[in-house]
Amino acid sequence: MSSTGAKENSGIFQPPTALDKRLDSGFVWLTRLFALGIAVLLLWIAFQVAKDALPAIQAFGLGFIFQSAWNPVTNQFGVLPQIYGTLVTAFIALLIAVPVGVGTAVILSENFLPLKVRTILVFLVELLAAIPSVVYGIWGIFVVIPLLRSTLGAWLYSWFGWFPLFSTPLAGPGILPASLVLAIMVLPIITAISRDALTSLPPDLRQASLGLGATRWETILQVLIPAAISGIVGGVMLALGRAMGETMAITMLIGNANTINTSLLAPGNTIASLLASQFAEASGLQVSALMYAALVLFILTLIVNIFADLIVQRVKRI
Amino acid sequence: MTRSYPEKDSSFDSSGLVRANFSSRTLFNNMMTGVAFLLAAMAVIPLFAVLIYVTVQGITSISPSVFVELPPPPMVEGGGFGNAILGTVMMVGIGALISVPFGVMASIYLTEFSTGKVSRWVRFATNILSGVPSIIAGVFAYAAVVLTFTTLGWGSYSPIAGGIALSVLMLPIIVRTTDEALQLVPKDVRQAAVGLGATKFQTVWGVVLPAAVPAIVTGTTLAVARAAGETAPLLFTALFSQFWPQLWPPDAFLQPTASLAVLVYNFAIVPFKNQQQLAWAASLILVLLVLITSIITRYVTSRKA
Repeated sequence: MSSTGAKENSGIFQPPTALDKRLDSGFVWLTRLFALGIAVLLLWIAFQVAKDALPAIQAFGLGFIFQSAWNPVTNQFGVLPQIYGTLVTAFIALLIAVPVGVGTAVILSENFLPLKVRTILVFLVELLAAIPSVVYGIWGIFVVIPLLRSTLGAWLYSWFGWFPLFSTPLAGPGILPASLVLAIMVLPIITAISRDALTSLPPDLRQASLGLGATRWETILQVLIPAAISGIVGGVMLALGRAMGETMAITMLIGNANTINTSLLAPGNTIASLLASQFAEASGLQVSALMYAALVLFILTLIVNIFADLIVQRVKRI
Repeated sequence: MTRSYPEKDSSFDSSGLVRANFSSRTLFNNMMTGVAFLLAAMAVIPLFAVLIYVTVQGITSISPSVFVELPPPPMVEGGGFGNAILGTVMMVGIGALISVPFGVMASIYLTEFSTGKVSRWVRFATNILSGVPSIIAGVFAYAAVVLTFTTLGWGSYSPIAGGIALSVLMLPIIVRTTDEALQLVPKDVRQAAVGLGATKFQTVWGVVLPAAVPAIVTGTTLAVARAAGETAPLLFTALFSQFWPQLWPPDAFLQPTASLAVLVYNFAIVPFKNQQQLAWAASLILVLLVLITSIITRYVTSRKA
């Protein structure tokens, strides 16, 4: 500590010296600098990516978002297929993860199971979020894709092949396996936040509903979930942000084909996996185009995350 | 006190209170319970599927030599990923070295010194930062560090760039856990310290921070475990290498460096059996790392609560 030297000479009861006071305000300033540093870092990321994307922004303008060519040889770049892939994989993932996640949250917030069992379940769902993305990727390559090819993928193609969504056979990597694994990865966020929203409801709501003669599920579906809906929506938004930015598992499972294909069983690409698969070998205008793509992804996730955070914060304050 | 009640209250017909086991409402109720349990099972099954498969595949290919040897070329038996383990340790270390002081200082300001408005904005920024995709952290480190190093002539891809990318992802975790830990330190402790004449610095450094240390360590451990499994930020900042990382000048920390996570990615997408087996072994190590740290932190926090 800064003042021990001074204190040894003159006993304990010594007002802080001028140096002590200087150090003290210096310390406060230093912490303030670091705190503001977080906001500065966020702005710096945006600025840095935007600055390096500038050549591509000047070359392609907003047309970049609506072009579907990605050709490093002729320097033609557009990210429409990647934006399409990002949105479609995120949408399918949420389609699966929302019912499963909210259902799990109901099990974890109601007293179907003893508290001890529920605590273990909560921990298991947390673990699901902790497994590295790349491990989901390798598991997807060796387990999910072969499994889907012989079961669901083959079934969808043979029975619904006339339908544009399933018009190609699942040859290997594709949008469907990527979305399925993505659903597993975003599920813990939805479960955790929905469970928080459900458990923080006032107990009166449940008691009043049960007291009026409603069954447990009438209470859950008509009272509890509507009351907690803003928290649940916030969790789903956070999951959407995570799903759009998820990289490794998708890169390994989606096939990285820079075309728009209506079939979910065909390969596709997302912005994040475009970056992951091309950045290391890129040069010249391609780097700039990739930066532009990163900027698009950054803005998309930023918008979703800001909305999600505002919703979740509002719920917390109530 | 003895008071007798009539055996049966004739004025009240209790038959209406019996739960009809086959009414549509009861049936719907039971069906929904079944559906909810099915959904919860669907949530937990993938976890066990991943854990079991990774364990079975990984354990058969782990041997002492994988920890000390270099990655083998295709179709050559043996070899390991000692360089990737060292690389991961280096980069996570750099990430922690940057993000822990940064995050702890920032959260000290948030809980101890700030006004409501500033802290609300900074916490908001922290939340947004934690939602930034990991690949964007990689793009940022590429633009800010790799390109700068290239123009300075210091090489290009380096563990420094990788560590900086990881620190961006670790920072919000550390801020959040430290922030929560500091808020849990009772007000009385601070008032007692100030009452004894301690300066702000002495109060924070000598009294508040030590009380929060266990929680800060927990948060750092979690952040380290997460960062060790991150792949996307390292792909084009540290790249990969078949060789040992450079630890001595002139090239110390300035060469492309291997990491466990990137090794899993690189070796999972090649058709060579020996490299795939190493990818599984590395996956098992990464999974065990998060598994063990999660269980320990869970145990520590639950014991305290």
